[in-house]
Amino acid sequence: MALLDVKSVRRSFGGIVAVDRVSFNVTDGQIKALIGPNGAGKTTLFNVISGLLKSETGHVSFKGKRISGLKPYQIARAGIARTFQNPTLFLQMSVLENVMVGRHSQTRCGFTGCCLRIPRQRREERAIRDTAMARLEYVGLTNLAAVSAGALPFGQRRMVELARALATEPSLLLLDEPASGLNTRETDDLGDLIRRICADGITVLLVEHDMSLVMDISDDIVVLHNGTPIAEGAPAVIQNDPKVISVYLGEDYQHVASGKEPALRLRQP
Amino acid sequence: MEEGNLALQYLLSGVTKGSIYAIVAIGFNLIYSATGVLNFAQGEFVMLGGMIAYTLWQFLPLPVAVAASVVLVALIGCALEILFFRKLRRHSILHMIIITMGLSIVIQEAALHVWDEKVRSLPYFTGNEISSVHLFGAAISPQVIWVLGTAVVSVVFLHGFLRYTLQGRAMRACSSNPEAAALAGINISNMRTLSFGLSAALGGLAGCVISPITMTHYEMGAPLAIKGFAAAILGGFGNPMAAVVGGLFVGIVEAFSVSKMPAAYSDVVAFAILLLVLFVRPHGLFGEPTAESLREF
Amino acid sequence: MAKMRQVIFLTAVIASLVAVHLFLRAIGKEYCLTQLTMSVYYAIVVVGLCLVMGYAGQVSLGHGAFFALGGYTTAILTTHDFSRFQHAPWARALRQAHVFVVKQDLFSGQVMNVTPTIAFFAAMSVTFLVACLIGYPALRLKGHYLAMATLGFGLIVNKMLVGSALAGGADGITNVPEWRIAGLLTISGKTALRVQNYYVACGVALVLLLLLRNLVKSRVGRALLAIHDGETAAGAMGINTAGYKLKTFVLSALLAALAGVLFTHYTGGIAPSEAGALKSVRYVTLAAAGGMANLWGGAIVSTIINFFSLRGWFGTYDNAVFGAILIIIISLTPEGPLKPLGIWLRRAWDRCAGTLGNEHGAA
Repeated sequence: MALLDVKSVRRSFGGIVAVDRVSFNVTDGQIKALIGPNGAGKTTLFNVISGLLKSETGHVSFKGKRISGLKPYQIARAGIARTFQNPTLFLQMSVLENVMVGRHSQTRCGFTGCCLRIPRQRREERAIRDTAMARLEYVGLTNLAAVSAGALPFGQRRMVELARALATEPSLLLLDEPASGLNTRETDDLGDLIRRICADGITVLLVEHDMSLVMDISDDIVVLHNGTPIAEGAPAVIQNDPKVISVYLGEDYQHVASGKEPALRLRQP
Repeated sequence: MEEGNLALQYLLSGVTKGSIYAIVAIGFNLIYSATGVLNFAQGEFVMLGGMIAYTLWQFLPLPVAVAASVVLVALIGCALEILFFRKLRRHSILHMIIITMGLSIVIQEAALHVWDEKVRSLPYFTGNEISSVHLFGAAISPQVIWVLGTAVVSVVFLHGFLRYTLQGRAMRACSSNPEAAALAGINISNMRTLSFGLSAALGGLAGCVISPITMTHYEMGAPLAIKGFAAAILGGFGNPMAAVVGGLFVGIVEAFSVSKMPAAYSDVVAFAILLLVLFVRPHGLFGEPTAESLREF
Repeated sequence: MAKMRQVIFLTAVIASLVAVHLFLRAIGKEYCLTQLTMSVYYAIVVVGLCLVMGYAGQVSLGHGAFFALGGYTTAILTTHDFSRFQHAPWARALRQAHVFVVKQDLFSGQVMNVTPTIAFFAAMSVTFLVACLIGYPALRLKGHYLAMATLGFGLIVNKMLVGSALAGGADGITNVPEWRIAGLLTISGKTALRVQNYYVACGVALVLLLLLRNLVKSRVGRALLAIHDGETAAGAMGINTAGYKLKTFVLSALLAALAGVLFTHYTGGIAPSEAGALKSVRYVTLAAAGGMANLWGGAIVSTIINFFSLRGWFGTYDNAVFGAILIIIISLTPEGPLKPLGIWLRRAWDRCAGTLGNEHGAA
């Protein structure tokens, strides 16, 4: 059974159909990528899956249960974590506190317990702090724990947001353009990190424009264009699909797909 | 026959009050669309209009006093924008709300110290307290005709201004897309100041024309602001003409409620309408259910 | 280390409170403690508002209404004469249960009122209900709309109190009896108990501040800040944003009502102006002036300013002062003046220390 099952999802804004009858599923343990030109509906799809938007038709199921119509926090608690295109850290808090917020759904003390600082709350608080530090260590940012989130550069905010998402102990991780704004070295590191995350048992669904990253780490790719899927399959298949090439990759791509060269080369005049 | 007469009196009273609420609502809309600021001090413009006109009337003929008062209130409105809102736009919505509330309080208190707590009123523009005109079988004061006339003229003028003049169109451009308007060469700052000035002028005029009927009192601004806001919300924020419908609705419901419940509670009716609209249909009767009402703080 | 700092801070606060008392006694102005006690009760409302505005990021321009709900409920129940029911069996049972109490009134007749302790629980329950009812629809709104909804709510409560004969109309209710709690403390306006009541008020405020401080530094506090900073992201972390906003709102309403109950028993009465827009705006002003997310700042600033206001130092400009504070402080220091003030003071100190160092022959 698929971990995530998206069936016939459709969403429009005003007169524009952003996502039109999109269906695909994500198998447990794989890294799946959603690619396509800008405006193809990828982030809208993410927003539907994570509950920020409602689908007009069809539904989304997670671990066999319907999640369409649930509120975002309920979907998060079910085990789906996501990052955003523009990192949405809580700027009033430190890096560590941001990641600690990620532990919210896994912890329980409420208003009364926290006001009175009962022993269970103190234990829980210590556990939250420890787990958050562990997540920061996982992404290699323990030295930034006490820094205010607002002071971080873009790339590091990304990483902190990832650590925060991991702290929620998800089964499925939605990554929205994780490599945008990163240079080649950072992108390589990101690829390793994502592979490590998958090896540790978290399924990953990512939206991405960086083709070298996508082709490198994905097990499976779905290509969207104007809101509909036009191809689905393994990287090798997608690279050679004529529809995908004409719409998105460009004719030169197949010539560079094999090597470690930059993904898209400018055409010769 | 008597019943019908009574109902008609209530209706006219409601329409009269409603016209004032409508003008306040239009003022809200103007400033909000041009600057994104919800001006809590809107009601104070009405109060200032009446008060300043009263003072000027002591040594100027009435029409001149009214005209001068409107101009002065407009200038005050511009001054407020320049002093408080030009530099402070980067503040969050909460801060803007707090600042305009503070302004409302300060203006009110200043009025208290300048004019003291006595109630003032301008004389009737035509006739006096006991003259009446017969309209559809009801006896109404000629001042009511002035109020309605002023409201109609204001609305028509504003509509024409926004639609047919260069300045007006520029203002509309600013409100729908400030960046694009700036790129097109429109001076956003001036447009914002103009919106404040225009809004204040309308309020001031309303204050003058309603003064003989409801009296002018230093505390009248706040309830007017809230009822005007209720009218604006009811019509649908962002739509000045719908604000008129909202204003009339609030005024009429308030007028008829006086017949059903003790006078102290008639204010509650307008506030209850406000809450009802906010809870049930924040985009109002004619507005679009956009992200407006659900905007991030 | 942090714990040491907390203990020191707390000791300093307690010491200052005692010092103020002793100072006032020394200069023969012990009666100022009355206004100070009232200010402390108002500060409790402000602290609750700091929680709602500074942490959860929601604005409430109607918190005076909750103060009034608490105060009026207890005032009405403890002053209204239920003698009509005196001989009903249920009434007799309630008398046995100390819900009702029979007293002598001014004319040597017998009146039957509710005991203050029961009235307190009733006040909390009423406030809880109203806060839930209003909070649930209102907190789905944001920004201006939420502000207006809370303002409208406050005004409705205000007008209804003014128009209600049961609530004493425009004059409010007077002759509210004192409240003897568990035989130990008495909330009362009696001069003999003035000092005791000052310390009771301070004690209540301190306990509440400590509890709230714990809350704010915990998982709940982080969740609230998350909601404030980015509601969408907070939801994506599994935080039930609507639920938390409502709980925080209701908690702050209960705090305001508690303050209202204590205040009413202390001053012996309550007036509809407590629910008015001016009072509600004052609470917001003080919360903002203290630094919205700064609980201690809010408490201290509001106590001081309210004290001056109640002592009449602002004269007829009372409202204008609050309005001016609003404008000036928010325009210049949106996060409240205490932090910039602290930074400025520290810079000044450094400069002084620097010049002294230079004088003593630094290179």
